[in-house]
Amino acid sequence: MIPFIRHTGKAAAFIRENIDTDLIIPKQFLTTILRSGLGRHLFHDLRYREDGSEDPAFVLNREPGRSATLLLGGANFGCGSSREHAPWALMDFGFRAVLAPSFADIFRTNAFKNGLLPAVVEPEALEALAAAPGAITVDLEALTLAQDGRTYPFACEPWGRSALLEGLDEIEATLRRLPAIEAFEARRRTESAWL
Amino acid sequence: MKTLYDKLWESHVVEELGDGTALLYIDRHLVHEVTSPQAFEGLRMAGRAVRRPGAALAVADHNVPTRQRASGIAGIQDPTSRLQVETLEANMAACPIPYIPLLDPRQGIVHIIGPEQGFTLPGSTVVCGDSHTSTHGAFGALAFGIGTSEVEHVLATQTLVQKRARNFRIRVDGALPRGTGAKDLILRIIGDIGMAGGTGFALEFAGEAVRGLGMEGRMTLCNMAIEAGARTGLVAPDATTFAYLAGRPMAPSGALWEEALRAWRALPSDPGAAFDREHRVDVSRLEPQVTWGTSPEQVAAITDRAPRPEEAATEEKGRRAESALAYMGIRPGQALQELAVDVVFIGSCTNGRLSDLREAAQVLRGRRAAPGVQVLVVPGSGLVKAQAEAEGLDRVFREAGCEWREPGCSMCLAMNDDRLLPGQRCASTSNRNFEGRQGRLGRTHLVSPAMAAAAAVRGRLADVREFL
Ligand code: SF4
Repeated sequence: MIPFIRHTGKAAAFIRENIDTDLIIPKQFLTTILRSGLGRHLFHDLRYREDGSEDPAFVLNREPGRSATLLLGGANFGCGSSREHAPWALMDFGFRAVLAPSFADIFRTNAFKNGLLPAVVEPEALEALAAAPGAITVDLEALTLAQDGRTYPFACEPWGRSALLEGLDEIEATLRRLPAIEAFEARRRTESAWL
Repeated sequence: MKTLYDKLWESHVVEELGDGTALLYIDRHLVHEVTSPQAFEGLRMAGRAVRRPGAALAVADHNVPTRQRASGIAGIQDPTSRLQVETLEANMAACPIPYIPLLDPRQGIVHIIGPEQGFTLPGSTVVCGDSHTSTHGAFGALAFGIGTSEVEHVLATQTLVQKRARNFRIRVDGALPRGTGAKDLILRIIGDIGMAGGTGFALEFAGEAVRGLGMEGRMTLCNMAIEAGARTGLVAPDATTFAYLAGRPMAPSGALWEEALRAWRALPSDPGAAFDREHRVDVSRLEPQVTWGTSPEQVAAITDRAPRPEEAATEEKGRRAESALAYMGIRPGQALQELAVDVVFIGSCTNGRLSDLREAAQVLRGRRAAPGVQVLVVPGSGLVKAQAEAEGLDRVFREAGCEWREPGCSMCLAMNDDRLLPGQRCASTSNRNFEGRQGRLGRTHLVSPAMAAAAAVRGRLADVREFL
């Protein structure tokens, strides 16, 4: 996984509650067997019109949205299905972090596993960030967002934060605990043999 | 004093990792075609093997056609869908994970075949790359949906790094009135606590109304826990649970069954166990429910009207109601029973089991679907289909003008060719009414199977109590 320590970028504001994974990446793109290439389908139904042309009214079809690396979203961001295609699509588009007041559980985990930072930001701070034009610097060590000389705090799950900071390969880390897994399995074989 | 969730969690901790997280052992892993290809690819690239193939069970369900099944995978029209199902088959050929092929009579939706096969057991951990894995919590299993990276993690290590959830008990008192069932109950609960109300919690459904439900109704309940934001829904195992499981192909038998029963009986929450949150519902006056918006929490009784956004409790709620009504093509204050439907979908892992089909057939028996309404009945598995046919339900549906299809997810998510056209209105027994869920610009009203059948007959959203 690509580590995330500090990042500066432009923001796209799409602040609305309950942005679900069907909206982030509709099902017709889930038939892929790859992780890459989903960026152009991100928010497909909002981004493109019926005839396939871009809808200029949508934030990702205008600057700075087009070249944004930070997405400002609403509460309960990423609710709905478990599709990891949602963070894949966000990252493939170029996003490194989503800033929102809250996240759905599965989406948040999926984001962490891919190096996409789900940063929990107070709604007032989010509004202020969206209103100002400047680039935002996200500092995961300090848990701060800086823009045009102003700083705002954000929150992040401790385990996800350390995984992002280290760019951890979690499977590798777990495999180092193999003796504990084997001991657990041995115990289960006698105590709950039906499993 | 522990809750059911506490017991399930603690009995699966391999190692505490700090910050409320632990390495959790995974007993059961359901695999399907959409969320697994990248995981197997990841394993191959890292040169890792599947640690315990026997702990998994795989099936294709999301992408599969519900018509003309005879030619199997080759008959899948869309080339990318076909490739995805072929990829699952190739991955299964390369490792000894038990696999139910497309043409096997047991094929069906993962969350239906797990319980059917006795693969889902009380006291176990069950995961699947699908958010509706919460369904299996109906057995008193710790079951939750995971993403593809986690699928890969489970395949490689048989464990997952998880954060412990908090305990949330939903007590349901009273008896469900005529014309209502588990689907109406869970829609009402989601309406009450909101679609993020359960975030960070494991929901335990308790109380007399839940005890009174059969396993299929309990599965409907837990299935939609995720629609309230909770990864996990739970019902304590009891005699109903054990009776359902006895004799299932993958359930224990003989002395092992007796041993398992002893362990399962100790699972329910201790009488004085503390919950971080509680919510009480009295269902004795529950009415059949129907969603009017684009989120499952936007729900009302069938006798009700669509809301007026300006009367919403908060400004944000009003804004969301306004945009939902616009998307749904509903006027503020419009009576819900005025809404004419184009399509009725009966199926999915929420309501694609035998009791659901029986419930729908009861309304459709001797009646006909209204002219111009397309009615799709999609059994949740091959075994459900066979049993329904043995009971003659397929005839009831056919005579009523419905299409009797092959098992799969179908129009629940419309990844195959069963989908709504822009602007079409659908009464659906599935679980999500998000924008575009059943097809771009399609309009979904979530209802129970009986309510779906009533809508089919009337050609509009209708109160099923008038048909009983
Ligand atoms: S029936 Fe619908 S909700 Fe259930 S697994 Fe299939 S797509 Fe998901």
